[in-house]
Amino acid sequence: MLKFTQEHEWVRIEGDVATVGITQHAQERLGDLVFVELPEVGKSFEKGAPAAVVESVKAASEVYAPIGGEVIEANPAIVADPSLVNSDPMGAGWFFKLKLANLSEVNALMDEAAYQALLG
Amino acid sequence: MAHPAAAAPALKRTPLYALHLEFGARMAPFAGYDMPIHYALGVLKEHLHTRVAAGLFDVSHMGQIALRPRSGRVADAAQALERLVPVDVLGLKPARQRYAVFTDGNGGIIDDLMIGQCGDHLALIVNAGRKDVDERHLRDALSDVCTVDALADRALLALQGPAAEAVLARLSPSSASMRFMDIRPVLIAGANCLVSRSGYTGEDGFEISVPARDAEKLARTLLQDAAVTLIGLGARDSLRTEAGLCLYGSDIDESTTPVEAALEWAIQKVRRRGGARAGNFLGAGLVLEQLERGASRRRVGLKPRERTPVRTGVLLYADASASQSVGTVTSGTFGPSAAGPVAMGYVPNTLSAPKTLLFADVRGNRLQVEVTELPFVPHRYKRI
Repeated sequence: MLKFTQEHEWVRIEGDVATVGITQHAQERLGDLVFVELPEVGKSFEKGAPAAVVESVKAASEVYAPIGGEVIEANPAIVADPSLVNSDPMGAGWFFKLKLANLSEVNALMDEAAYQALLG
Repeated sequence: MAHPAAAAPALKRTPLYALHLEFGARMAPFAGYDMPIHYALGVLKEHLHTRVAAGLFDVSHMGQIALRPRSGRVADAAQALERLVPVDVLGLKPARQRYAVFTDGNGGIIDDLMIGQCGDHLALIVNAGRKDVDERHLRDALSDVCTVDALADRALLALQGPAAEAVLARLSPSSASMRFMDIRPVLIAGANCLVSRSGYTGEDGFEISVPARDAEKLARTLLQDAAVTLIGLGARDSLRTEAGLCLYGSDIDESTTPVEAALEWAIQKVRRRGGARAGNFLGAGLVLEQLERGASRRRVGLKPRERTPVRTGVLLYADASASQSVGTVTSGTFGPSAAGPVAMGYVPNTLSAPKTLLFADVRGNRLQVEVTELPFVPHRYKRI
């Protein structure tokens, strides 16, 4: 199940694990990324809390936890090579995986059709 | 994020506004103008392109001012201008240009600028956000000797990078003989331009003052060259930061003196104590004192040891646990050519020696930064 947030993140739900990344639209808006900071495994976030940082030449932006949960994995590949987020935002450019605290939060996220409508 | 279409009506536009949109610019407000931050290529690639080929920048928002002597003798204008800058203007030879700062009575910096000696007048380039302040300042101080003409009908293009000389020479062969800081009238693609061999990227290149009505045609002519790409203000900022050059409003302002800002090189001997025209500029007492004895703080280069960009406004500490900061980052970005983060900031004089280790607080983490010589990327001006 693929979901989206107003903050231009994507969330792939498999069981009680959510893989989180940023959308094609987000990577285009941010431009070429030069630095990514990811949360440590074991850290827990409330829905909406800043969980990661992405930086372009120009500016730093936060990536929020789209739903509450504990980080069970972070993607070292995008720390080593931030351009992966630009070239493959929905695939190799994923950010982190959360073990969901409250599955019902998933319902508040947008499906793809709603997200496309948001982009207009 | 501000929506360009919504913000546009209140903002001024340069003569190249339509060209920016045509080339896919992301526009944003800057100093009252709707300016291109980057184009389709993006900041990172625009930056790198400028260092290997040639970048074309629209800097028409900057102020162009002609200072004309009422007497007809340019030396009178030069001497008068020396009341406002700690710089040797009188000794500036015809067809030469020089960097300067307007100081105030406290030794603070009202603006930084370029002064060109154009034979019968002085051509000044000032910052966009300081145009009005500067013009008033010049009129208040110099109207007895000079007329102060704001040249609102001229655009300003910067062509920067190792290919700039060859690009411009194809249109105007004589321009190739110019050296760094030469300035002279040049006919380019039928337009009467005032060209200087200077810029603000650390690269060789030219700044071209062109009548507004000819600006778009000239830009399109330059862009026909495969080496030339439009570059936005985003890359202009990362380029000048790598080159260790000050941005007015960030690295220098009324609260910083030229000595604190490490701009002593801009104050020639003739204006220092013992010089033939020592002092006699606003704030001279403090500035000349600081030149001899140093200031209590100093602008330095800061090289972060980790990959994390250390940006403008970040506080600096003497050690990892100190609660009292010792300085602030005034420019900080990721340097695409330096291939890592680069920054500048003010630190106490006692902590300003190269290799001094400081700590920058980024999102609550104390990151090691090393005081370093500027620039981060060597200047490649054409001095000979």
